[in-house]
Amino acid sequence: MEIFGINIAVLIASLMVASVPIMLAAIGELVVEKAGVLNLGVEGMMIMGAICGFITAVHTGSPMVGFLGGAAGAMALSLVFILLTQVFLANQVATGLALTLFGLGLSSLLGQGYNGIKPPRLGDVPFGPLENIPFFGRVLFTHDIMVYASIAIVAAVWAVLKYSRAGLILRAVGESHDAAHALGYKVVRIRILAILFGAAMAGLGGAYVSLVRVPQWTDGITAGAGWIALAIVVFASWKPWRVLIGAYLFGGITVLQLNLQAAGARIPVEYLSMSPYLITILVLVIMSSGRGRASLNAPAALGQNFHASR
Amino acid sequence: MTGDTLLSVEGIGKSYPGVRANDDVSFRIGAGEVHALLGENGAGKSTLVKMIYGLVKPDVGRMMLRGKAYAPAEPRAARSSGVAMVFQHFSLFEALNVAENVALGMDNPPPMRELSGRIREVSEGYGLPLDPARLVGDLSAGERQRVEIVRCLLQSPKLFIMDEPTSVLTPQEVEILFRTLRQLAAEGTSILYISHKLEEIRALCDAATILRRGKVVGSLVPKDVSAREMAEMMVGATLNAPARAAGKQGPVALRVTGLSVPSPSAFGTSLKDVGFEVRQGEVLGIGGVAGNGQDELLAALSGEIRTGRDVVQVHGRGIGDVGPNERRRDGICTAPEERLGHAAAPDMSLMENALLSGSVRKHLTKKGFIDWHGTRAFAEEVVKTFDVRTPGIGTAARALSGGNLQKFVLGREILQEPEIIIVNQPTWGVDAAAAAFIRQRLLDRAAAGAAVVVISQDIDEIMEIADRFAALNEGRLSEPVPTQGLTIDQIGLMLGGAHGMHEAEAHHAGA
Repeated sequence: MEIFGINIAVLIASLMVASVPIMLAAIGELVVEKAGVLNLGVEGMMIMGAICGFITAVHTGSPMVGFLGGAAGAMALSLVFILLTQVFLANQVATGLALTLFGLGLSSLLGQGYNGIKPPRLGDVPFGPLENIPFFGRVLFTHDIMVYASIAIVAAVWAVLKYSRAGLILRAVGESHDAAHALGYKVVRIRILAILFGAAMAGLGGAYVSLVRVPQWTDGITAGAGWIALAIVVFASWKPWRVLIGAYLFGGITVLQLNLQAAGARIPVEYLSMSPYLITILVLVIMSSGRGRASLNAPAALGQNFHASR
Repeated sequence: MTGDTLLSVEGIGKSYPGVRANDDVSFRIGAGEVHALLGENGAGKSTLVKMIYGLVKPDVGRMMLRGKAYAPAEPRAARSSGVAMVFQHFSLFEALNVAENVALGMDNPPPMRELSGRIREVSEGYGLPLDPARLVGDLSAGERQRVEIVRCLLQSPKLFIMDEPTSVLTPQEVEILFRTLRQLAAEGTSILYISHKLEEIRALCDAATILRRGKVVGSLVPKDVSAREMAEMMVGATLNAPARAAGKQGPVALRVTGLSVPSPSAFGTSLKDVGFEVRQGEVLGIGGVAGNGQDELLAALSGEIRTGRDVVQVHGRGIGDVGPNERRRDGICTAPEERLGHAAAPDMSLMENALLSGSVRKHLTKKGFIDWHGTRAFAEEVVKTFDVRTPGIGTAARALSGGNLQKFVLGREILQEPEIIIVNQPTWGVDAAAAAFIRQRLLDRAAAGAAVVVISQDIDEIMEIADRFAALNEGRLSEPVPTQGLTIDQIGLMLGGAHGMHEAEAHHAGA
């Protein structure tokens, strides 16, 4: 099946791969924002995950250990955010922006000497004969473990937020930290855990970029994926399954524009490259203009610092 | 109601930097007793119940619950010992439904479906029907309180603490609440009841402990003394009821016709064809339970919400399309209900807050520059005249207690000598003496020829100072009626929206 010389099965399969980093980062940020914390440092945490994951994978020779290293690197960076916003009550927007700038710089420093190296390859999950099913075999059963893991994580986050007591408490903290505190919940502790989870997810996403998507290390390798992840959380109006849809949408546009470039479409390359970002802006404008539903679903205490007075 | 002692508090004390919140406080509550805790703002009632509920740890002293030492480290421990609390400011989550809110207040909640069944069962058993699946953001204040009460009842508490439960309820809802509380007491649950409303305490409570400046100054049986005596024990001085000058009313100062605006907030109430007029020297009281359009009405009058030019008229001149500063120039001053964040900027000093609202009428800016000298004098005048307890006018608004900030906000507006003053909940959270003072100053303003609009949930307050009364219910305003001769039952019906509405609508249609 081909349209404009683009194979649809290959297109879908590659958009599933392309959307993994933003999906992971966005689902992590969704949990953070559900707890009432706005962490704009996703881009910084992603790129820290990318370089730390890359370094770990190169030295251990195992991509799976590399992913753990990526998550750990991003969590280490998020400790700065936790210290500033949860302990010293600094402004979350400013701290998040600083975190991104710091992460970009630090990753560049750590990455000295890693340019041009090939990381160990992450193989596809073997499904045997399933891969030979026409169309669906190519689309569904030719991926690496992280593609399936990212979807499983979205499902898990959805189930935990909707059905578990821990999820209810997390939402309560993001809705009204004062009321949660009055009921005896440890607001700051819950938020710190949420931030760490968000950082781990961003780190996994970043490591996926440098270990699978590209796969090599260059400065600024995440190229704004963290910002798109932030936009997807708003696009998804803080609902996990919509994060999946949003990530596929943006992943799809990224892949499509690459394919169009390769197919020699008569649109200047610059317009194609900027299209994912343009679509992001467009979606945010549309979501924000319909004030009613989208803004209603935002956690009420989003971005507010909590200090237990008396 | 006799019986064994359930809780005894012995010599408890708690200090904060610069404040002795509780000092050697002792009292006891019997099983099945309804015990009142009385005191002014800052007398230490809240600190005391927070210690009983485990939110705050006492510095000295001890508590005994059913003969055993009782020192809860956190609310969870208090709840497992059988102590439950309904908060003054509701501890509810608007975006979650009733069942989820209840589950959050329990330590080991059953699965949601079972919990919903039990919520129905318990809420109906106590005459407080509730739908577990509804979003709390859509509930009225009275229903929200039911959620809190049901949440506590599900854990069959031995001691039930209620902090100012009736401040947001209509008289009918208060009746229902009292029936529930009496039923609970009859079943052996003790109730610790905090309120400013002394008549309610006389009607409900078996015993009372009075706190003043952190110390116990007396205990009494509320049925045996008058409300006035109780108030004087609380304040430690003789109280004077506000004096009303004989009403000399001038021409109409403020006229509102056909005011319909959508609410700017998602859970707010839109105003529907609101109309009234206020004469010079007259006090109009607008009653109603919070959330029925009070905030929107104030915003439309202050200029935060703009309307058609002639919807709001001052001395016959349309001003509906201009903003707050132009309206201040025309003599309208307003004080909204939300003190922090609406009436005052939390992180700015009292002096800066005085400037923000007072600059127009007090001429505190000259050619774009701030006259700090004049601003300082104005802020100091407010603090001094209204007895605002603060270290100085450089203190951030956030640092003041609620009652003190309320005095500051009201003082700031009243001292601008407005020709029309509109206040929302002017004495909310303010103690008896300060409330009386604020009411007196509002009456003085009216006596000096200003038109005064008092929006309040406190019916006693409206009856005390207003000349005419109108009820705001679901964004509709009833026809104002003279307060003289109005009974509490009639008011309750007007607030419930059962009476007067249709007449009011017919009137507007004809006008």
